Amino acid sequence: MTAAHPHVIDRNSPPVVSMTGINKWYGSYHALRDIDLDVASGERIVLCGPSGSGKSTLIRTINQLETHASGTLRVNGQELTPGMKKLDVVRQDVGMVFQHFNLFPHLTILENCTVAPISVRKVPKREAEERAMHYLERVKIAEQARKYPFQLSGGQQQRAAISRSLCMVPKIMLFDEPTSALDPEMVREVLETMIGLADEGMTMMVVTHEMGFAREVADRVIFMDAGEIKEVAAPDAFFANPKEPRARAFLNQIMH
Amino acid sequence: MELIDTFFNWDILLRSFPILMRGLSNTVVLACCSIVLGTFAGLLLCLVRLYAPRPVQLLAVAYIDMFRALPILVLLILIYYALPFVGIRFSSFVSALLALSMVLAAFTAEVCRAGIQNVPVGQFEAAATLGMPFWLGMRKIILPQAVKVIIPPLTSNSIAVFKDTALASVVAMPDLLKQAQDTQALMANPTPLIGAAIIYLALLWPLVRVVGYLEARNQRLQMR
Ligand SMILES: Nc1ncnc2c1ncn2[C@@H]1O[C@H](COP(=O)(O)OP(=O)(O)OP(=O)(O)O)[C@@H](O)[C@H]1O
Ligand SMILES: [Mg+2]
Repeated sequence: MTAAHPHVIDRNSPPVVSMTGINKWYGSYHALRDIDLDVASGERIVLCGPSGSGKSTLIRTINQLETHASGTLRVNGQELTPGMKKLDVVRQDVGMVFQHFNLFPHLTILENCTVAPISVRKVPKREAEERAMHYLERVKIAEQARKYPFQLSGGQQQRAAISRSLCMVPKIMLFDEPTSALDPEMVREVLETMIGLADEGMTMMVVTHEMGFAREVADRVIFMDAGEIKEVAAPDAFFANPKEPRARAFLNQIMH
Repeated sequence: MELIDTFFNWDILLRSFPILMRGLSNTVVLACCSIVLGTFAGLLLCLVRLYAPRPVQLLAVAYIDMFRALPILVLLILIYYALPFVGIRFSSFVSALLALSMVLAAFTAEVCRAGIQNVPVGQFEAAATLGMPFWLGMRKIILPQAVKVIIPPLTSNSIAVFKDTALASVVAMPDLLKQAQDTQALMANPTPLIGAAIIYLALLWPLVRVVGYLEARNQRLQMR
């Protein structure tokens, strides 16, 4: 299946994310329709689909940046209900990487990586800084630690944002089009960082149009259209022979 | 020469100086207390306005609208001369402090709201996804960014409050203006009034410059 990047998917433990019958409306617009999806520990999922199909909405529902109207959502075994008290605690274990990085502009890269571990997880400052340097080294920007976000290139900023999430030691990482705001020459460095993460067994859900990345690391590709999951398939099968006509049209379009 | 003797009589200026200084110290204490109280109340009011349950929000909106519309002098006179009719009596200092800080709070609330709403949603989301509870994110992430936008108009409002402390002379508080007026009457010469004006200017002009500088700096930062 994904010979280049072998890894273990733990299907015996309870799923990291479990969605059943999730529905979401923006006003009268039905943005998510009966979403059923389980993500096993160690699994990497790529979400694709045309613009407006609900990919962001789905991924943002998982950490409740968007609340769902009906259905059951469990993250790391905990059921999430709109307005729940312990939401912050659940979010500590769910990393999120945004299209526009959303680094904190008033903090250095190092402080971006330590602010949450120190103030939320109560990690001692020194330890938090050591951990941050460790992850910054891993995404290859350790020498930028004392700089402010605006002093970095887009690719470097996105890698800093990834390491900021990793510093919380999450159980799953969500990515919402992490490379689509980047200049082409910087896309590769971010994708390589993400492939490295996948190699280490991180559970990942990635919204992306980078089909090369999907082919290389995804266990499953999920195709969404009009708020519905239309097709779930292994990447080889999906790219060679998409069953859904909409998926075929979509692939034709992005492959030119 | 006669003009200088009348309006800038050095001898009279020297004699009135200690009295003016006492007035100045009252003015400064009143201004500082009003600014500190008004600013904190304003920030609180702004957070209520933005994040409290809906009915409480509306109360905050009503307060903000009302005190932005009401002239400080009218409010001050209401507090000092009208409240005693219902048995509530404040000293002239407390009356002035209340009037000034209640109005400053309303203006500060609006300034803070603009500052907080100027912070991109992505910053709130990034803080939330890192597991930061709302108020922690507010303190560590949002307010430090909002402050940059807030400081110049806040300073500007503080200068306005400083100037408006002169209204306290209406309720017989011995502030700089009142002392100057009394001395003028006593010495039958307007020089103390000129002295007071010069003191106001000397104190506030640098602050006005600081606001100008901060605004220019923010503009440069925004361009980047
Ligand atoms: N806050 C909102 N209010 C109203 N409608 C919204 C809101 N956010 C998203 N929508 C609508 O919901 C639908 C799904 O949006 P979503 O952002 O999830 O799509 P997407 O698949 O991520 O698209 P893209 O590839 O353009 O990012 C779209 O039609 C969008 O217009
Ligand atoms: Mg999207």
